Amino acid sequence: MSIMFILIGTSLLLAIGFLTAFIWSVKSGQMDDDYTPSVRILFDDFDKKDNKEIIEPIEIKK
Amino acid sequence: MATKFNNITQTDNCYHCGDTCETILHFDNQWFCCVGCRSVYQLLSQNNLCSYYDIENTPGITQRNPVLSTAYAYLDDEKVANQLLNYRDEKIAKVIFFVPTMHCSSCIWLLEHLYKLNPNISNAKVQFMKKELHLSYNPQKTTLREIVTLLSSIGYEPAINLNSLEKQVKKDDNKKLIYQIGVAGFCFGNIMLISFPEYFGLDSFTQSTFSKLFGYINLILSIPVFLFSAQDYFISAWQGIRKKFISIDVPLALGIFIMFARSSYEVISGHGIGWFDTHAGLVFFLLIGKWFQQKTFDTLSFERDYKSYFPVAVTVVKDSSEMTVPVTSLAIGDRIIIRNNELIPSDAILLKGDASVDFSFVTGESEPVAKVLGEIIYAGGRQKGATIELEVCKKVSQSYLTQLWNNDAFAKDRQSHIESFQQMVSRYFTFALLLIAFGSASYWLFVNPVLALNAFTAVLIIACPCALALSSPFALGTAMRILGRNKFYIKAPNVVEQLAHMDTLVFDKTGTLTQAAASNISFHCIELSIEQKQLVASVVAQSIHPLSQKIKGYLQINQNLHIDSFEEVTGKGMIAEVDGHHLQIGSRNWVLGIAAKELKQNHLASQVYISIDNEVLGYFELQQAYRTGLAKVLNSLRKTYNEYLLSGDNDKEKKELMKFFSKENHLHFNQSPSDKLDFIKGLQKDNNKVIMLGDGLNDAGALKAANIGISVTENTAHFSPASDVIMDASMFEQLPSFLQFSKNTLKVIHVSFIISLIYNIIGLSLAIQGTLSPLFAAILMPLSSVTVIAFTTISTTLMAKKGGLQ
Repeated sequence: MSIMFILIGTSLLLAIGFLTAFIWSVKSGQMDDDYTPSVRILFDDFDKKDNKEIIEPIEIKK
Repeated sequence: MATKFNNITQTDNCYHCGDTCETILHFDNQWFCCVGCRSVYQLLSQNNLCSYYDIENTPGITQRNPVLSTAYAYLDDEKVANQLLNYRDEKIAKVIFFVPTMHCSSCIWLLEHLYKLNPNISNAKVQFMKKELHLSYNPQKTTLREIVTLLSSIGYEPAINLNSLEKQVKKDDNKKLIYQIGVAGFCFGNIMLISFPEYFGLDSFTQSTFSKLFGYINLILSIPVFLFSAQDYFISAWQGIRKKFISIDVPLALGIFIMFARSSYEVISGHGIGWFDTHAGLVFFLLIGKWFQQKTFDTLSFERDYKSYFPVAVTVVKDSSEMTVPVTSLAIGDRIIIRNNELIPSDAILLKGDASVDFSFVTGESEPVAKVLGEIIYAGGRQKGATIELEVCKKVSQSYLTQLWNNDAFAKDRQSHIESFQQMVSRYFTFALLLIAFGSASYWLFVNPVLALNAFTAVLIIACPCALALSSPFALGTAMRILGRNKFYIKAPNVVEQLAHMDTLVFDKTGTLTQAAASNISFHCIELSIEQKQLVASVVAQSIHPLSQKIKGYLQINQNLHIDSFEEVTGKGMIAEVDGHHLQIGSRNWVLGIAAKELKQNHLASQVYISIDNEVLGYFELQQAYRTGLAKVLNSLRKTYNEYLLSGDNDKEKKELMKFFSKENHLHFNQSPSDKLDFIKGLQKDNNKVIMLGDGLNDAGALKAANIGISVTENTAHFSPASDVIMDASMFEQLPSFLQFSKNTLKVIHVSFIISLIYNIIGLSLAIQGTLSPLFAAILMPLSSVTVIAFTTISTTLMAKKGGLQ
């Protein structure tokens, strides 16, 4: 039964990993705008000739 | 979201903006309505940006009223530029613009490809819902002025006003709430998982090994919920108590605290497993309710005052040289230059030029007013026509218009005078709860002292008014969303509830009851021949006067004749030679001359007289149009509301308005902005709960003073004064449905309160007997929350359907 201790520990670690990922995603601004990215993804067809790299999000400083 | 014009053939409409072409311009096999639209197309096609036209049809913004390039000279001012920038170093500068004209996917695409038009822009990103454009650029190679000029030349003029210079404190609250929900959700899920075996019962072997472990894991997982996720409830409960105000947060905080304390004690002392799952679940659901209530209409601003309307800078003449000066540093005695379509920022005396000032935003009256030299022109007017020179006679903040904001009504944030249902209930609820808790504790002290503390804490845990706390946010949040879909935008959810208590409606006239742009136009006397119409149309096409524009629209003649000479006399009319004919178009007294006195005049309407070759042919009459369904709206509201009218105009329309309003003494004319404010305060003194509906800056005081201010606007992207509600003017007919809907929403809250009370009684009946098991609580709490959430959202939506809302 001692395997249970390892299993519980692993499952908790895994869950904490997801929580960290969630917090990171909020922090990096992924939840700020839930509309524009859905439109932006469709622009790829129009941008094919263009080889400029993907636009990075701007962080507001100061 | 996107505006499509699929059903319109390209030959009639501008390829760029989709407007009907009056004078057709050709380029690249496409049609354009004006030079501006064509030059935008040229610019885009030269830079391989024609995908703009493939994503949406006719995505452009009409370029018929181009902005002068000198208009942005103030952005070269280092101080102004630094105030706008978010970040700046040697190589990079970052700025966020609010672009109100952004409206479709093509806009997003073009704005994010700005680097093709100006290679020094390194990065452009749109936040569509907020209509924001985030830009980074190289400040050594390009300037803010160049970028703004570029944006406005392609139709995306950013809104830069006094307000955008005052740095707003960035709100991080929203993010904190999301973290809190994330943490609470994570802990709730894991605690549930770990508590499961305990519910199903463990055998003696596993009991000894795991029970303790599970208990401690739950305790550890609960700490972040207790300390981080739930902290706002403790803070607001404490603040409430200090102000001697019992909010719903008091029993909630009490419940959360007792739950955590008792569970920790049970786990550490080895008595049991505690209530950690209920604890985490409760906090999680509460936070979801809070989040649901936080919906805001990002693109709308409910707090706008004259600062969002006034320009940032103005041209000042000093020692015969012109320079741009920030409006805030204008001093008395400064000589300012106001060009066509610019706003007069401060009360000033006219020194030079023909002033024809459009006060439509201040008074609602759309017809420009002519001013003579030496006359004082009040701030807030917009010059139409030639450039004028003025001398400032009052500081911006002390002008006739802006001093309204010095009134007490603006001094403090208005507190809602009406106690919300939830506040009222939670006060009684808290006292009843404490009574029951102490009552059962003292009973058990005599009967079986072991159970006393048990029963006391169990009461506080089970009666924690989670479902009650959720009913208002979900009902009001849903109502707010539904009303928003119907273009009735509400500042905060509690406004929905307050709307239900109102008993008095006060309307502004111009722009609120009448349509600002549309008016009934008709031609009187003889019928004009096609040739004559053509002559008139050619002349009015030369003028930017709104009446001329309306006549032009009415005549619907697109081919313009060659004009030999043209002169516009400010405040009077136009004289022109066209095709060998002499035309005079303008005001009655001016065109008719002495003959004017003999004819009876209709005061209700604006009249424009036409004379061709010195023969008066007749006049155009423009009658202000009342909103469609006005009579119906006022009639159906009269049963439940007192209706008043406040108008800044004189009483020439009194007779007309009497048809709509039943009582003559409810109509008030010649009201100044502060009169309106005082009138509202007077009504409130007599215990009326007042809704004010207005549209202009002159209503700003009344809107602020009223219990609820509704600003009516033709275009939500445009300026509207500070208010609680912004209503799209096209929805005016629905006003009775909106008000009825708010009352129905309140009923939903009442019913959901009863439902949550039933759950509480069931739980309490077990708790006072001291026999409440953690398992039962773990089921009852989520069940009651889910029932209340489902009931409120579904029934609110049904109420909306019944009331004819979308």
